[in-house]
Amino acid sequence: MNAFLVANATIIIDLIKIALLLFIVLTVNAYLTWFERKVVAHMQSRWGPHRVGPHGLLQPLADGAKFLLKEDPTPAGVDKVTYFLAPLMTLALALTSLAIIPFGPDPLPWTIWGHEVYLGIANLNIGILALFAITALSVYGVALAGWSSNSKYPLLGGLRSSAQMVSYELALTMSVVGVLLMAGSFNLRDIIGAQAHHPELGILGWNVWPQILGFFCFFVAAVAETNRVPFDLPEAESELVAGFHTEYASFKFAMFFIAEYTSMITVSCLCTIMFFGGWLSPFPASWTFTHYLPSVILIPFGLWVIWDGIRYETIFGRLVLPGVGTAITAIGAALIVFPALNEFIQGPFWLLSKILVFLFVYVWMRGTLPRFRYDQLMSFGWKLLLPVSIVNVVFTAFVILVRGVK
Amino acid sequence: MVPTNYYLILSAILFGLGVTAFVFKRNVITIFMSIELMLNAVNLAFVAFSQARHQSDGQVFVLFVIVVAAAEAAVGLGIIILTARNRQSLNVERVDLLKL
Amino acid sequence: MTPQLAIFFVLAMLAVLGAASLIFQKHPIHSALSLIVVMVALAGLYLLMGAEFVAAVQIIVYGGAIMVLFVFVIMLLNAGAEEHTNASKLAGIAGIPLAVALLGFLAVVVARSSEGAQVSVQSGALANTKEISTMLFKEFVYPFELTSFLILVAILGAIVLAQREKS
Repeated sequence: MNAFLVANATIIIDLIKIALLLFIVLTVNAYLTWFERKVVAHMQSRWGPHRVGPHGLLQPLADGAKFLLKEDPTPAGVDKVTYFLAPLMTLALALTSLAIIPFGPDPLPWTIWGHEVYLGIANLNIGILALFAITALSVYGVALAGWSSNSKYPLLGGLRSSAQMVSYELALTMSVVGVLLMAGSFNLRDIIGAQAHHPELGILGWNVWPQILGFFCFFVAAVAETNRVPFDLPEAESELVAGFHTEYASFKFAMFFIAEYTSMITVSCLCTIMFFGGWLSPFPASWTFTHYLPSVILIPFGLWVIWDGIRYETIFGRLVLPGVGTAITAIGAALIVFPALNEFIQGPFWLLSKILVFLFVYVWMRGTLPRFRYDQLMSFGWKLLLPVSIVNVVFTAFVILVRGVK
Repeated sequence: MVPTNYYLILSAILFGLGVTAFVFKRNVITIFMSIELMLNAVNLAFVAFSQARHQSDGQVFVLFVIVVAAAEAAVGLGIIILTARNRQSLNVERVDLLKL
Repeated sequence: MTPQLAIFFVLAMLAVLGAASLIFQKHPIHSALSLIVVMVALAGLYLLMGAEFVAAVQIIVYGGAIMVLFVFVIMLLNAGAEEHTNASKLAGIAGIPLAVALLGFLAVVVARSSEGAQVSVQSGALANTKEISTMLFKEFVYPFELTSFLILVAILGAIVLAQREKS
């Protein structure tokens, strides 16, 4: 048994990493819905979910239970194969795109069965290109869902949404070419490495400053690709009932839902990796005192959670919240006590913070902006975004030609 | 290591299946898709030879084949849409006369 | 049975089943989905051979653009399942063995040729993007510009063909 494990160690380690990543991503998805509902609610001067569990933290569990237990009807006249395939395909593609993302620079501080374990499932040489391939395939999920539902509004929503996704795909790919020209590689770790050439610059060495145009094009095109506000006309409640997922009930709708939030997470990861330095710290490398920042954030936060929990209204909250707070404080203290762990956690800490900022921007846009009309959407994508991203490519190439490749 | 023969046999099988679909199907869009299948089989042969000889010419040819297939698909589907509008049917057996 | 050979057989089986499904499905949408399966399987085979750029381009362009065009047209024209025609059964009975003979002949010719009998040496990535693009812009620059012109002509042709007649 032990010999079998050691001989196939890489495959088993990869399988464990995949299972862990799936579990973490699905949990983050669930709490992302909580986060969105809370933030949008507070922007609208109301509370959001705050009854189910302390501060509404068990709301995602209730939602999950609802999705699992609700009746799942299949409308008459649907094309059975495509009706079942579409949400499966969308979810599978959305989850697959997470395999390419690197979550940290260094391997784990200890080796497992003699192999170094890097944080990230696949280190593809064509990393970003594989991501575009997955984005290109996810058009099918939407189009087939709309068509197979045998109903007017889903068909309209599906066709509109796929036309939107195909149009913004071009701007998405072109806006990234500037970053690729500067990095010289498709590999995501190399792209971050190209931003780390001058560690003393910190935040000024990130790709967003030379590529500000590319960043805006990429972010807008990515929001359109994920069908989020302000580009969510295909699933707008007031126009199209629920667009392409009208006829989908509990679990299949949950699959579309999870796919949408997972692609939000993927886009946030990509934005940080390509434009905002990924796991690089915004402070210059010589300021080593900033390595204590995770502890400085976690310990006061944990203490605040304990203090809030002690005075919470329900008994359940008064039991659970101090426990959660103690755990957070313990993690913060452990980071001070074990310097090796602190050094290891720096990269993932900065990556996760930046991803959180982008997710907040996504939710902020949901709470603030009105949605585009369909013709405005299409003309924006073709007439503004695509020419701007092409201009960015030409300009970047010209500058690199004149200065020489670093 | 997979011998190049295996890739070529697979390419031949896919090409043969494409020809079979081309001959036997009656829906004009399916016939068009069988042409794409044949082009894919040829692409596989190109890449297999490119790997056997360690040159990248084959892969550049594959890029050209893909681009030409895209252009052909665009124009061909335009023609199919027009024909379907005029004859109200996608059955190739109905398109056997010059008159409507 | 090395892992590569096992993966090859799985992907090859997937491609052949997809192509057979293209023939035997009645509805064109199901045929289109089968063709997408074939293309993804072929992209997997390209990855197995080390041609990563071609694999990505295959999925992005073929699977993500050309087949989307097919699927849109099928939805637009509301193509239904194929109807029965009164074509002769003899053609089917005589034709299928002939088709099998054709591809068997091709396969035998390919298997017997001495060219492909060498076992290919796997040496990491076959040709990275840099080599392909260098070759594309140095030796094949003339066909490259010609294909861009071809695409322009195709776009114009498609627009002209698909517009409604001015009555």
